[in-house]
Amino acid sequence: MIAERQAHDRSVVGALPRRDFLKLSVAASGGLLIGLYLPASKAAAAATFAPNAFVRIGTDDSVTVIVNHSEMGQGVFTALLMILAEELDADWTKVRFEPAPVDPVYNHPVFHMQITGGSTSTWSSFDQFRNAGAAARAMLVTAAAQRWNVDAASCRTEKSIVIHSASNRRLSYGQLAESATKITPPQQVALKDPKDFKLIGTPLKRLDTPEKTNGKGIFGIDVKLPGMLTAVVARPPVFGGKLKSFNADKTKAMPGVRKVVEVPSGVAVIADGFWTAKRGRDALQIEWDEGPMADFDSKAQREQYAAMAKQPGLVARKEGDAGSAISSAAKKIEAVYAVPYLSHAMMEPLNCAVDLRADHCEIWTGTQLQTIDRMNAAAIAGLKPEQVQIHTTLLGGGFGRRANPVSDFVSEAVHVAKAAGAPVRVIWTREDDMHGGYYRPMFYHSLVGGVDADGNPLFWSHHLVGQSIVAGTPFEMIIKDGIDPTSVEGADDVPYAIPNLSVEYHPAKIGVPVLWWRSVGHSHNAFVKESFIDELAALGGKDPFELRRKLLTKSPRNLGVLELAAEKAGWGKPLPARRARGIAVHASFESYTAQVAEVSVDSDGKVRVHRVVCAVDCGRYVNPGIIEAQMQGGVIFGLTAAFYNELTFEKGRIQQSNFHDYPMLRINETPEIEVHIVKNNEKSGGIGEPGVPCAAPAVTNAIFAATGKRIHRLPIRMNEAVGGSKEDLK
Amino acid sequence: MISFSVNKRPVKVDVDPSTPLLWVLRENLELTGTKYGCGMAQCGACTVHINGQAVRSCVAPVSRAAGKEITTIEGLSPDLSHPLQRAWLEIDVPQCGYCQSGQIMSAAVLLNEIPNPTDDDIDQALTGNICRCGTYPRIRRAVHRAAEMMAKGGAR
Ligand code: FES
Ligand code: FES
Repeated sequence: MIAERQAHDRSVVGALPRRDFLKLSVAASGGLLIGLYLPASKAAAAATFAPNAFVRIGTDDSVTVIVNHSEMGQGVFTALLMILAEELDADWTKVRFEPAPVDPVYNHPVFHMQITGGSTSTWSSFDQFRNAGAAARAMLVTAAAQRWNVDAASCRTEKSIVIHSASNRRLSYGQLAESATKITPPQQVALKDPKDFKLIGTPLKRLDTPEKTNGKGIFGIDVKLPGMLTAVVARPPVFGGKLKSFNADKTKAMPGVRKVVEVPSGVAVIADGFWTAKRGRDALQIEWDEGPMADFDSKAQREQYAAMAKQPGLVARKEGDAGSAISSAAKKIEAVYAVPYLSHAMMEPLNCAVDLRADHCEIWTGTQLQTIDRMNAAAIAGLKPEQVQIHTTLLGGGFGRRANPVSDFVSEAVHVAKAAGAPVRVIWTREDDMHGGYYRPMFYHSLVGGVDADGNPLFWSHHLVGQSIVAGTPFEMIIKDGIDPTSVEGADDVPYAIPNLSVEYHPAKIGVPVLWWRSVGHSHNAFVKESFIDELAALGGKDPFELRRKLLTKSPRNLGVLELAAEKAGWGKPLPARRARGIAVHASFESYTAQVAEVSVDSDGKVRVHRVVCAVDCGRYVNPGIIEAQMQGGVIFGLTAAFYNELTFEKGRIQQSNFHDYPMLRINETPEIEVHIVKNNEKSGGIGEPGVPCAAPAVTNAIFAATGKRIHRLPIRMNEAVGGSKEDLK
Repeated sequence: MISFSVNKRPVKVDVDPSTPLLWVLRENLELTGTKYGCGMAQCGACTVHINGQAVRSCVAPVSRAAGKEITTIEGLSPDLSHPLQRAWLEIDVPQCGYCQSGQIMSAAVLLNEIPNPTDDDIDQALTGNICRCGTYPRIRRAVHRAAEMMAKGGAR
């Protein structure tokens, strides 16, 4: 079935990405169409009008939009189509999506490679998809005008039809497709006035819902190739470990096991199907050299971080003089916050299918990082990048894990394919996925703050310790003066008007592979920043909403969402006994969110979140239905981490393995989540991640309001909330 | 050889009887709508019906299916006409979509047993189904909506 889906010509010839592919410059926009076109050799079949790399119009009136971002739940297979269809004036019922192959023309306009991440897909491709739609429309209009021998300016378009009102003639885009192929693409096109948008800004239904409702959607794990084998890999139990020796006699004797081979990441059992491969792996006898991390332990790591936090760090922010303000404060408070390593735990565990031939290699997987995966695969296969094609399937969740600069799951599968001698897919079990590394890093935060005699914050001093997620990767170039901006984002940009502010970062070098995890640095820094401002409010005897409001007068968009969330949540209105509200506000990915959580705490410490009111300002938006879903999903993702998730190490081994000890929030624990979207014409921001950061602090601030106990460490430990024994962090 | 019916079609498979039904469905019968998420009855992604009961196929040996009627997401309706599927489309439930077959199959058993479920009934029936994307609020709305459609004679 995948063969059918991938039947189109995907033999793409692309130039090798340059070394400067990572220039984080903002692409020029402004209506110029440079870079929209596929090389002529790639133009689709004659009967189809393929004016540029992003759209094809068939003689049957179908409009196929080629999407250069991976669909992982965030709705790009709908939102990006809306943008293009808007300018094309396409009949929405005829529009469908197709994932893009790997080719430089599909590079992210800001990151200059094919990547899905950073909550950037919709806004970064906005101009690109508008231009692509507008250019196609202009060519169709020209084709019609030539056919009718009228001035193109006298024609209009509506729902995939070109209309010449004066003579009451009409031709559908399908009827024009063939002649439009002969029209020269315009160099510049006029775009619609946003006030004329018909699709953009409306809650259109997602186009990928049918195939996600009848079981037909193809995820990486569903790919089936003729003669395909399945591999499961035994990997070292400790990061940095290596294979010493193995005995596969029992495994090889099992019916259905084809090969047992050593690969750089461990030992691969290649079999007819998953179950045989997995049982074959269970039967292996392996001796590992556990390497330098054999004694690695989370507790010791926390102690090491605590000691580091006492030293001077790299200055990420400095305003006024926090050091000398300490002595003039009327009251001060110290706090230590800690967050653990976290697994992305996408619902679909990692997997990758590879068909490796002498002169080309085809890969099927759900990836967020096609360009780099292709380069890495090519290097391993001994091929040129243009001899490797990646078919991006649906992703059963990504959250950053499927954008790996070393392409771990793709690289390994290519190594396995080299040994397999047949098409092969590698499937990771849930346990493999959870033990496979590339976690949200553990962070340790130590803060001191103080208020003046009127209770207003006077100083804020913050040290944070943790691993950089980009050090040692091709993305390292974003590190400036030793500071990884993704480590300090959300901490160094405290928006509150506090006269003396300092933030210092301590990069830790630890052999645990780490990576971006939905909302990245904001996932921990918002928890710390929004908890500590609450601590200062309590210290100064102020209402936490009113204090934030006062300190945000120069930050209107933060203030706007803060006030909106408070108003919708009924901030200050009485609640039933044992219930309380907590508030948090945070800017991330160029969007602004605030959340108010309504929480109750039983006498035995059971916390229940009843309601979360979320306000979001992401500037001009495309689809409010998708925004609501992303915010709700983000809140649930944040609550899951806040209540449950923690990966810990003992003797170098991760203690958790599956959903019984790394639980997910379930439907019965999910609060009512209301989403209020601010309507304005600001520049568009992201939406996939900004729902996450405020969830934890809104809840822990509510727990404080209900019980007087401050949660300093995630996941939330109930005994702390009710004043039970608290593990010392210092 | 183990014989059973899948989506009203008789099948025979020649596999080790301890193989989980999930992998037989996915690999031998090429019904990939049923998903693998945890392999230990924790997530519900692999939910199918055995004689009308919701079963986690990742821990059910295929031998358990012998002589029984299995229904997978592919057999719920041929054309998205099941009230749950119609409600799922109307409310736009899925995000990544990976958990949704399991969610729908669990909800289908609920609606067979309790045609007009309360929020608590939904909690009980679906608490075994994880959605990492957090579609729970819409799942809840869609189950209520499907119940409404069925009450109005929307059932097939
Ligand atoms: S895969 Fe069966 S319950 Fe998770
Ligand atoms: S929709 Fe992604 S896991 Fe449920």
